[in-house]
This record gives sequence, C-alpha cells and structure tokens, in this order.
Amino acid sequence: MATKSLKKRESDLANSNRQLQILSNGIFQNGELPTFKDKIAETNQFPLKAKKLEILQINVGYMCNQVCEHCHVDAGPDRKEIMTRETMQQCLEVIKNTGAHTLDLTGGAPEMNPDFRWFVEEAAKAGIKDFIVRSNLTIIRANKKYYDLPEFFKKHNVHVVSSMPHWTRGKTDKQRGDGVFDKSIKALQELNAVGYGMPDSDLRLDLVYNPSGAFLPGDQMAMEKDFKKGLMEDFSIQFHNLFAITNLPISRFLDYLIASENYEDYMYALVEAYNPAAVENVMCTNTLSISWDGYLFDCDFNQMLGLPVNSKAKHISEYNEELLEGRNIVISQHCYGCTAGAGSSCQGVVA
Amino acid sequence: MQKTYYDPSDLRKFGKITEWNEELGNKFFEYYGKVFEEGALTAREKSLIALAVAHTEQCPYCIDAYTKDGLQRGVTKEEMMEAIHVGAAIKSGATLVHGVQMMNKVNKLDG
Repeated sequence: MATKSLKKRESDLANSNRQLQILSNGIFQNGELPTFKDKIAETNQFPLKAKKLEILQINVGYMCNQVCEHCHVDAGPDRKEIMTRETMQQCLEVIKNTGAHTLDLTGGAPEMNPDFRWFVEEAAKAGIKDFIVRSNLTIIRANKKYYDLPEFFKKHNVHVVSSMPHWTRGKTDKQRGDGVFDKSIKALQELNAVGYGMPDSDLRLDLVYNPSGAFLPGDQMAMEKDFKKGLMEDFSIQFHNLFAITNLPISRFLDYLIASENYEDYMYALVEAYNPAAVENVMCTNTLSISWDGYLFDCDFNQMLGLPVNSKAKHISEYNEELLEGRNIVISQHCYGCTAGAGSSCQGVVA
Repeated sequence: MQKTYYDPSDLRKFGKITEWNEELGNKFFEYYGKVFEEGALTAREKSLIALAVAHTEQCPYCIDAYTKDGLQRGVTKEEMMEAIHVGAAIKSGATLVHGVQMMNKVNKLDG
C-alpha cells in the first residue's frame, strides 16, 4: 500500500508529459492497437465535440487523508494544492449563472479544504438542481471536526457520492488502505442514521465502485445488487445507486499497471471492449472540470494529465459557456477507459 | 518457431477460429454467449461454475479468462478457491468411486 503520492516520491510518472508519452508509445505507436483518435474516426465520431454543459465539476484540492492504490489524482496528505477562497468566489459567480443542472465537488478529500463549508453554504444558495460532494467516507471518521459532516450535508441537501470498492473488508483495504473498510462502514451507518440512502429519501447517497486491480468493472446493475445484499446483510446499510467506474490508465493506476506488468493486457482489454455507443454520451461532452487553481479541462482525467480545454476561455475568470460549447475535446489513449463496455463516467455507465 | 504449447496472448485470438470455418465457429460463439447470459442461474454463478470446470479441464486459457471474469463480477478469492475445491472434490470422487468397480472385480475373481 502506497503511503506517499507519486509526486512526493519524485516518481517519473508524477510528470503528466511522461504519462502522455507512455500512452502514445509502444503498442499504440507500432500500430498493434489503434489510437483513440483513429478508433472514433472509424465511426465518424472524430472530432469529439462538447454539447450543452450539464455538469460543472470542481476539484477543490488534491489533499486527501487516504493514499489509494489506483488514485488518478495522485492525491494524499502530502499534496498541498488547495483551492483558495478567491478562486471559489470566481466559481460561485459561474455557479450562479450557469445553465448546468449539476454541481459536483471533488478532490482529494474536498472536506479538507479549509473553506469547504463556506463554499458549500454559498453554492447551495445558487439553487442548482443536483449538488454532489464526492466524499471518501473515512474523512467523516478521521477527526472530530468532521464528525458532524452527515448533518452538514443534510442541512444543505447535498447529494453524497462515495467510493466503496467492495462489500468485504479484504478487497476494500487492499485498495484503499488498512482500516478503511471499518471506517467507511461506520460513516455509511452515520449517513443512514440522518436519513441518507434510505428508500424514498430525498437525501441521495450513491456509491462508486471501481475495480481493485487490472480488470474492468462488471455489469453495474448486477454489482449494485450484490453490494446492496452484502451491505444490508452484514451491516444493515442502505444506499441508492452504485456507479461502476472504469480505472483510467493514468497516474497511480498507470504506475501500478506498469509495475505489475499488466499495462499491455489492460490496454487490450479496454480497446477490445470499445463501444461506439458509449462515445455518444461520454462525460466530457456535457461536463467541465475546474482545477484547484481555476483552470478549465474537459474532464478530471485531462486535468491530471495537464491537457487544458481547447478554447479561448482557459480559466474560470474567463468563463464563457457559449464559447466552450462545441469545442473539440482533447483526447488521448486514456479515453478508452470511458468507452469500454457500457462506458464509464463520474455518474456511472453511459451506454 | 514457437517453443511452447501455450501462449497467453493466444486467448485474444480465440475468435479467429471462425476464419477457417465460419458457420460452425459462429454457431459455437453464439451458443457460448447464450449459455453465459443471466438465466435461472445468475451470470455470477455461471462464472464460478466455469472457473471450477476450467480447473478440472486444466485449461490455462479458461483459468485466466474466468479468474478475470470473476474479479470483474466482484467474486472474492475465497469464493474462487471454494469453487475449485468443488471441482477437485468431484474429480477425486470420480476417481475413488471407481474403487467400487475394482472391489467388485476383486470379489468376483478372488472372492
């Protein structure tokens, strides 16, 4: 289990250009596998274009209390990149005027941003239809100052989306660290206790499943059924939906794939599972990702790879929804992760 | 020249068997796909049966395929190991139950 980010370890792979090189070399350079561009061109889907904005995803910082094996953000306690209140102010201006129906806060652990609560309170006033906070669950149990988070989320009618790799301790702790399972279970029970995740409750609690190793997620519906059964029988926990998300071959997951000699097989698996129908609804076509320092990206993954939006408006201070609509999405081979099988997005399957 | 009988990357080429007999190949894959669909048994249960049979058949391709398939379906390693013990128990049981035939024969010839 990693205890430090790639950045702190000064790993070669902490450099996003190095990651992009790897994704373009080898099996993609020698033509063994088609590049993502060539693949989507086969079905006349190149260039991929942004449609009407529906989801605004804001990354409020890379600091996290966990150091998960697969993290595409390379987040951890040693990451100091944190969104300032000034950038949050700029985001709020956008949130008040956006046509997007969903606001999605992520990190790191977003709750670790010192201005997180202020930001949630202000953003909640904007009256966005669906206000998501991606909470890793353990943060709720990490320190006394976070114990009241379930109540805080409830007060602002926040939609909680949380990662949970498996309904068993072994598989969860392997991916997310020792003790994560027990803390996550406790946090879920506390969320249930204030009404989150209960049948017919408006307090939405969804879980995110992503595989613990070099394989693709199974059928989302079947996994949801197994998760519900497992969590109910063992811990009386309830939740609404499960989003099955494919691990993209970037950052720490790429590092893991290479170190475990699974990289080529994994890329083969992604390309073999390519589904043109998933390309239609891939999340970058209706989402905009904003980094901790206010820059705009097609998705959280492009943010981590340092691939900015292909638009004149590159920063939240220059935000212009009309200008951004119809832009060409920036792609590379990591995009195969969102088009495999039933597709993958921060909201689960797309096809 | 290939020096081994089994090459893990050959599994990816399985579909190519249709190239030399399209009709039978396609019929087989159609049947295969249908068998593993959700039915009276769940796809997850079928995956575990396949894993157990993969072992009794000692098919390395199938073992690779259904270990990965199981992981994708959230099957735990404890479930996988129990499943192959079921296969192993039937395999050894099948050997040992023939012991009755041996005993019958001994009793007839030398009783």
